[in-house]
Amino acid sequence: MKKEWFTISVYAENNVGLLNRISGIFLKRHINIESLNVSKSEIENVSKFTIVVNTTEDWTRKIVQQIEKQIEVIKAFHHDDDEIIYQESALFKVASDLLFDERQIQNIIKDSNSQIVTVARDFFVLAKTGRRHEIDEMHEALLPYGIMQFVRSGRIAVSKAEMPISKLLNNFYQD
Amino acid sequence: METLKEKKKEAKKPATIKISGAEAIIHCLLAEGVDLLYGYPGGAIMPVYDELYKFQDKLTHILTRHEQGATHAAQGYARVTGKVGVAMATSGPGATNMVTGLADAQIDSTPMVCITGQVTRELLGSDAFQETDIIGISTPVTKWNYQVTRAEEIPEILAKAFYIARSGRPGPVLVDITKNAQIEELDFSYKHCTGIRSYNPVPKPDASAIDAAAQLINTAKKPMIVFGQGVILGHAEDELKELIEKAGIPAAWTVLGLSALDSDHPLNVGMVGMHGNYAPNMLTNECDVLISIGMRFDDRVTGSLDTYAKQAKVIHFEIDPAEINKNVIADVPVLGNSKETLSLLLPKIKKNKHEAWHDEFKKRYKIEYDAVIKDELHPTKEGMTMAEVINEINIASGHKAVIVSDVGQHQMIACRYSKFKQSKSNITSGGLGTMGFALPAAIGAKMGAMDREVVAIIGDGGYQMTIQELGTIFQNKTPVKIVVLNNEHLGMVRQWQELFFESRYASTVMCNPNFVKIAEGYDITAKRITERKDLKTTVAEMLASKDAYFLEVMVEKEDNVFPMIPSGACVTEIRLK
Repeated sequence: MKKEWFTISVYAENNVGLLNRISGIFLKRHINIESLNVSKSEIENVSKFTIVVNTTEDWTRKIVQQIEKQIEVIKAFHHDDDEIIYQESALFKVASDLLFDERQIQNIIKDSNSQIVTVARDFFVLAKTGRRHEIDEMHEALLPYGIMQFVRSGRIAVSKAEMPISKLLNNFYQD
Repeated sequence: METLKEKKKEAKKPATIKISGAEAIIHCLLAEGVDLLYGYPGGAIMPVYDELYKFQDKLTHILTRHEQGATHAAQGYARVTGKVGVAMATSGPGATNMVTGLADAQIDSTPMVCITGQVTRELLGSDAFQETDIIGISTPVTKWNYQVTRAEEIPEILAKAFYIARSGRPGPVLVDITKNAQIEELDFSYKHCTGIRSYNPVPKPDASAIDAAAQLINTAKKPMIVFGQGVILGHAEDELKELIEKAGIPAAWTVLGLSALDSDHPLNVGMVGMHGNYAPNMLTNECDVLISIGMRFDDRVTGSLDTYAKQAKVIHFEIDPAEINKNVIADVPVLGNSKETLSLLLPKIKKNKHEAWHDEFKKRYKIEYDAVIKDELHPTKEGMTMAEVINEINIASGHKAVIVSDVGQHQMIACRYSKFKQSKSNITSGGLGTMGFALPAAIGAKMGAMDREVVAIIGDGGYQMTIQELGTIFQNKTPVKIVVLNNEHLGMVRQWQELFFESRYASTVMCNPNFVKIAEGYDITAKRITERKDLKTTVAEMLASKDAYFLEVMVEKEDNVFPMIPSGACVTEIRLK
């Protein structure tokens, strides 16, 4: 079966050790986590893990079932790229001289729709939010001039379809 | 069971006053109905042992000789009683020694709560003496685990632990409790856990799935049932029997499904899997509807998935959604507790008989009987077979014994030839295949069912992996019957070496000690027999004994277990020799 990109969204209790338990499921099947983001979700006291993997749909489905089986996981979903709205963020730390010495740098900033977060005497920091390929393009464009530091976040995503977590939790309290 | 029984002290205090974390642990155990636990003391769990000393009139602690033994004993107890088994150990090596038992309980869905001591909170992460990250280590082999670092967490966490261990698909839970949390005081009150919002232990049956299953079963021409431990764990033995009889469907059990149905039930067609019976394995690939109940299509059951039951519509009765479509795609998945789903199914099932189809099983049984079983049960050669020993135990015990088997050839023979009349009578390490399981598990099983005969069937290899538990038997005068089937080899590995590695017996020949002397050293009556003529009388003597008894039977050294489906082969590639 064909390997594809899938984004797994996990709604879970915010407990110590759960990340270890979830990542262990990927480890068992020898699947690399391509990106991981943990944040709060739309529901109070519920965390959201956003995990990106490149594997078959069959394995993704099985992994999602095994994640959902964990006691502290409320619900897990998997989506392909067409079913979600997704972004990543990146920070570029670049030497300040370049801003003045290299005309092209200003064009890169403008064309990439990135923001200048801060400018100091020695360096300035650019922030770019967007698709992976947009960040990669910007990285490529800046690379010849020298990047002092680079970091990119994990993917964050919301699904086009509903993720009915509140309903699930309400069912529990009604039972 | 008289380890610490001299001093007794004024016991239970009112539930609202201040008590130590250690005492709270005892009250939690008592509130959960625990009266027996297995364990081994050490530095980081000493405050709890001090309380166990005070509460020994209410709570019996069995000192095993190794923490692994404590976990397997708790498993044996859980498997025979259906209750949660409890084991306790100290931090560091005490905790790591429990890992095998946890993994075994996890894969065989055994309800167990393990409590480990941990270094005091301030020392966590500092590589303190006997500190180990048992939460990290045990995460993949527990249904749930939690580290308690404050005394006030104890009641809620232990209530959750027992609830999680026993509910839904059961499993092991580990609670790691730092020493300061045992010593500090809390305002104690106990509330049983009845639900966790993120955990849905028993999915609600879907009426349309039940209808679809009934429709398939009612129209099937060649239906076959394969059932596993889910029937036992779901208390669905009666419903299973009713379904089989009403619809006239031949039914096969997995290793862990053994004893959920009478061995001699006319529609019981034996065991599926690698060393299972010929008929159910062969006919798995001929049935038109395969009804699996409370089993998970383990690779030892299915062989190659690419060729497994491809012709059949598959109905999968299962409590754990993660098992659906994991190995075999289910045409009709029926989620829920097996008792509940089968009860809903039964009124929709039409009476039927599939006599011609059932005859296909009988025909193949005859083939297996002639090729394998006859010679196993009634050998003409000089050396004794494992099967004739099992058969003798069956006959002498009236099919009533709890059979606890270890792992290897003797296990497969015990599973193939033991006869059962009562559920929860077969205790073995199925999924993990843990050598050394049987001796401690038999101790737990006996303590959980004192009115029943408990016979441990063990190979000479596995016996020596937990042989120290003879000390537990000695100290507690536990009347278990221990049968070592000694072929002076690691028999199953030797069999594979013979069949698949051109008889290169790499490290499978065992040079064994005098097992009789060892047993006698523990004051256990012991006999060793080498000839068939002594088998009947010695087995009778063993079963008549009110005390523990050790019987070593020297069996044929290089016998193989057949039938056999080679690893990864198709179920129909089953070999009779």
